[in-house]
Formats: sequence, C-alpha cells, structure tokens
Amino acid sequence: MTENLSMAKAINLGLQRAMREDDRVLLMGEDIGTLGGVFRVTEGLKNEFGENRVLDTPLAESGIVGTAIGLAMRGYRPVCEIQFDGFVFPAFDQIMSQLAKQTSRHQGTQSFPVVIRIPYGGHIGAVEHHQESPEAYFAHTAGLRVLSPATPNDGYHMIQQAIQSNDPVIFLEPKARYWPKGDVELDGPPAPMHQSRVVRTGTDVTVVGHGAMVAMLLDAAEVAKGEGISLEVIDLRSLSPVDYDPIIASVAKTGRLVVAQEAPGNASVGSEIAATVAERAFFHLESPVLRVSGFDVPFPPANLEGVYLPDVDRILDAVDRARGY
Amino acid sequence: MPYTEATLQLLSIDGTLVESDRTAEYRALVDKLSDAQLQNFYREMVVTRRFDIESGNLQRQGQLALWIPSIGQEAAQVGSAFATREQDTIFPAYREHAIARIRGIDPVAILALLRGQTNGGWDPNESKFRLYTLVLGTQTLHAVGYAMGIAMDGKSGTGKPAQDEATIVYFGDGSTSEGDVNEALVFAQSYEAPIVFFLQNNQYAISVPVIRQSRSPLYKRGEGFGIESHQIDGNDVLISYAVTRVAMDDARAGKGPRFIEAQTYRLGAHTTSDDPSKYREQSEEDYWKERDPITRFEKFLRAKGEKESFFTSVKAEGDDLAADIRKRIFELAPPSTDVMFDHVYTDDHPLVSAQKAWLAEYEKSFGGDR
Ligand SMILES: Cc1ncc(C[n+]2csc(CCOP(=O)(O)OP(=O)(O)O)c2C)c(N)n1
Repeated sequence: MTENLSMAKAINLGLQRAMREDDRVLLMGEDIGTLGGVFRVTEGLKNEFGENRVLDTPLAESGIVGTAIGLAMRGYRPVCEIQFDGFVFPAFDQIMSQLAKQTSRHQGTQSFPVVIRIPYGGHIGAVEHHQESPEAYFAHTAGLRVLSPATPNDGYHMIQQAIQSNDPVIFLEPKARYWPKGDVELDGPPAPMHQSRVVRTGTDVTVVGHGAMVAMLLDAAEVAKGEGISLEVIDLRSLSPVDYDPIIASVAKTGRLVVAQEAPGNASVGSEIAATVAERAFFHLESPVLRVSGFDVPFPPANLEGVYLPDVDRILDAVDRARGY
Repeated sequence: MPYTEATLQLLSIDGTLVESDRTAEYRALVDKLSDAQLQNFYREMVVTRRFDIESGNLQRQGQLALWIPSIGQEAAQVGSAFATREQDTIFPAYREHAIARIRGIDPVAILALLRGQTNGGWDPNESKFRLYTLVLGTQTLHAVGYAMGIAMDGKSGTGKPAQDEATIVYFGDGSTSEGDVNEALVFAQSYEAPIVFFLQNNQYAISVPVIRQSRSPLYKRGEGFGIESHQIDGNDVLISYAVTRVAMDDARAGKGPRFIEAQTYRLGAHTTSDDPSKYREQSEEDYWKERDPITRFEKFLRAKGEKESFFTSVKAEGDDLAADIRKRIFELAPPSTDVMFDHVYTDDHPLVSAQKAWLAEYEKSFGGDR
C-alpha cells in the first residue's frame, strides 16, 4: 500500500509499527508523550502504548541517554528523542564514552540497541542551538551507526531498521523535510539500511548529500539541466558507515564529484568522503573533489542562515569549478 | 570530623555493640545472623585486603599498569554486598573488589583490566555484577535505567521478596558533584525506581577533601531529592549490612529509591600513581587506622568466642589467594588483536571488517617476523 505522507507522519508510523511488533521498544524524551513531541513525531503513541512505553522524561539529556543504556542492559530497545540538535551535547559523554563503547567493552556479552533521534539542520529560522548539523561528531565515533533519511519513505523504513539494529544508531531527522509529502510504500521491502542511492542519473558531475541537502541537490540538477549540464545526484542515507560503491561507480562515469552538506566543512563527513574518493577513485577523477559546506563559524543568527547554508547557487558554483578543470 | 549526629553505628571501635533506639531495627537483623554469616563477613574483608596488598605489589613489580586499592573500605563493601540477594544487580565504580569477589568474579579478571588486557573482563549478565566504570558517576544512570526496567517488567513490588529485584549502585564522594549522579537521583525518584544509591564517602576525591564537594553532610543530598537517606559508619560491617538490607528490601518492595552515605576512609593511596602525603596529615591517617573495619570486627568475633583456628585459616586463605593470583597473572596470554575489532558493533560493520582484514594482511607481510 502506498500513502502520500509527510516525513514526520512517516516516522510516526514507523515508530508505531516497531512498537506494535516488539513490546521491548519504548520511547523516551522531553514532551514526547502527551504533547507528541515538539514536531509531533510521536503524536498519538502515548495514547496507544501508555506512559510505560512512551516516557515523558525529566528534563535531562544525559539522564535520558544514561537510563536508556541501563534499560538496554535490561533487554529493552529504547528510542530516545533529543528535542533539538543543539541540545544533544549535555548527553555527549553518555553517547560517546558509554553508549558507543559499551558493546566493545562487553566483548560480546551485551548488545546496546539504543536509537537516538535528533531533529537537525537549518532552514527553519529558529533561535540559536535549533539549526545545527552535528553529524561529524557521531560519524567520527566508533560504535555508533549514523543515519539520515531524506524522504518520507526512508523515514518510515529507516527508523524501523534503526530500531531493529542491535547497535546504537544516531538517527538524524532533517527538520526542513519534516512537512513536505512524498509517497511511502508502507509494505514494500526496504532498501538496506546503510545503502547510498542514486536518486537522479546524470553524466557530467556527481553531487552527493544527505538529509535536507538531497532536495537542494535535486533542485540544482533541474537548474543545471536548463543550462545543458547533467548532474548525477546521490543520497547518502547513511553517514556511518558510508556506502562508497555507488559513489565510486558514479565518479567512474562522471569523473567529477561535489559533496554538499549544511555542516561546517572542517573535519566533516564531506571531508571524509572527499578523502576516500581521492584514495579509491584517483584515476577516475578529472578534477579535485570539491566540498560545499556551511562556513566554519557558529550557526549564525537566523536572518543570516540563507547566507550560511549552501543553496542551489553555491552548489552550481562548485559544479562549474569542477567542470573548469 | 566526618561522623555526625545522624551517623548510624552498631559496632563501636572497641568491638562492642552499641545500643540506641534508632538502630533497634538494625540490631534485630544482625542478631539473626548465623555464626557462619559473621565468619563470612570477616573472611571476605580479610581475604580482599590480602588480594589488594598483593595487587599493589604486582603493580610495583611492573605486572599491572595501575592498581586501585580499596583498603579501609572493606566493611562498607562487604556489609552492603551481603545485603543484596542473588537476583539483585550491582553497578560498581572501580574500587569494589570485595563486592566483585562476593559476586564470584575471578580476581584475575580485575587484574586483567588493570594490566591492559581488556576494557571489561567478565560477563555482567552472569554475575549480575556489572563492569567497572571509569567515567565518574555515569554508572548511576545506567543503574537507574536498569531499575526502571525492573519496575516495567513487574519484577519489583509484587510482594514476593524472594523473587523481586532491585539494583544497588556504588560511587564516591567526588562523584556526587557530577551531573550524572544528580540526574540519576532525579530519574530514580521520579520513576520510584527500585535502587539503592550507596555512597562510599572515603573523604577524598584523589587529593580533594569532601568539604569541596559539599559543605553539608552528603546524605542530605539524597534527602534533597526527596529520597529516604541514611548516614552510616562505613567502617562498621554490621551497620553496613543491616541498613543496606532494609534499603534493598524497601527498593525491592516497590517503596522507591534509597540513599546511603557510608563514612569511611581510603587508608591507602587513591591509586598506585598517587602520593597521599602531599594532601593529608599522618595524624588523620592514624585517626582512621584506629577505626580500621577489620580490627574492630575481629575484636567483636573474639569477644564472641571465635577460635584462633578460624583466624589462622582465614589468613591462610588470603595468602593462598595471593600466591594464586601471582601465579596466574603470569599465565595470562597477551590479548589477540581480535579484542580490538570484534564486538565494536554487534552486527556486521564494513569499515571495521575491512580494517581487521587489512591488519591481518599487513602482519602477514612480515612473514611472521613480527
Ligand atoms: C568524569 C571523570 N573526571 C575525572 C576523572 C579522573 N578521576 C578518577 S578517580 C577521581 C576521583 C574520584 O573520587 P570519588 O568519586 O570520591 O571516588 P574514589 O576514587 O575516592 O573512590 C578522579 C578525579 C574520571 N575518572 N572521570
């Protein structure tokens, strides 16, 4: 069955299905119960599953993740919601030194199937700490898996895959894509969780991105087409591990790669992709891999976010530079 | 002085039982202890101390990267550990060697951790003694989460004490200042989780005296969070047993969390890397030596008529253990590189698999010369 849904609703249905299938799955977070979350992603779930499975927790992020770890030790599969990207940092130690390393520390005696959902990224004109892209910290950390869906269909399927994973998953939900609708195959078989995917074929330049950037790349490809330039667009879907094969195959065809992201470019996921493609596809490349990123400054006041965030023009500027070699 | 009006005690430093209305309930529990149980209290304290001394020696001889002594804190640990039931889950910090022993952890597993062989060392689901935790206070949240899980499973407060479960978490006075401990107290109280917070106030966080963590007695921290809290003489194994016993029974019965501050003293260094003479006076150490938990309890047992042969046999048991670990530490094989790669993830992970394969090839390229 196919339904036309927003990503917020699609993730909501994915959570609902995961909770119906496995009663060890429970949700924890601030305002996620009665209110249904500030983005309403958990709307209605407390009514269906009760307050023992949809926990409006005390207001303490380290407490949320730390107790989720204890619940995982007890055999539960907790799904934590961090209210906004910039508020994950109070939980940083529990994520980095505890959750990420526990599996290795336990040497096979205990799994830690904890999902941490984080609405992330800009384009919503919000005050400080509400528009950040912290993915590099998590992708850098062994023991975590990092996913970011770009479409409602992926939101629905990937949240279920994240919950079924026996490892900790950082699940980054692009706020800017919460409301646009798309077709969701409710019963269709999902793509593998870590697969990256060509979402538009082209021949001149490969452009890669994740989350809200994917829609931006598709817009850029449409504009480029008008100028007679053919872009191949790849949706990363998974930031750790990254599925490189489709990227390498595409670069083998186009010889040019532009990586786009909202996050600051220094030591970023885009940097890692650029380095890996340079290592693995050097002889296919006809130009250096270029990155289009947020600037290496704190996320600016919202009136400046249009300047800070990569847009179609900045993507096409990089495409032109790549083609200039 | 660390003892206050509120400090509960059953055994005075000369080994005699002290009577008071406030401890009548606890005295009754202690009166029910069999001779064999009392002997076990003594045995575990003495044998652990011997283990501790031997481990310190092994560190000085280069066999361990570090040793973390628990000398002086045996009564707090042994009494509280014997107050748990086997279905209860214990969350230690990193100094709870006596408790590990009581839970059947092979002492060599602790040495392996401090020798750099492993970051874990035992199966915590088998022993219900979780892994040592080195980031201060983080384990308190894990313990509360686990306890919340017990309540959700309907395994506390059922009115069947033989089956109901609870958790107990150990942490130090320095750790009480960590945000995680405070968040743990909030969650525990909010969810009425079946957990006992057992604070071993050994008066120091490395060099920093407890007064820097708190100007008021730390058991009041628990009270401030709305949790029933007690301060005990942590060098009195009997009060440690009895107060923890009641607290665990309450937690198991679904009456919510409890908090115990045990006043004790780290007689040795913080670790083998530490030099206590830089931050405390000999007179202070002497004060606490007079309150040594083992001496006090030995006096009590002797006054009760315990025979010399018992004390001799416990000493021999300690010496045997020391000889055994000294022998077995040399038999520990160096860890395989698999320890590094396997179990980073539970499910397959391409990056880790590729790097593991790469290292194997790389090592092979030396033709076995490395
Ligand atoms: C988060 C964190 N900060 C600092 C340290 C370094 N450190 C190790 S033990 C210690 C003192 C701990 O004192 P306390 O909690 O009283 O426990 P004790 O060692 O006395 O048993 C410090 C500062 C650490 N392990 N974790």
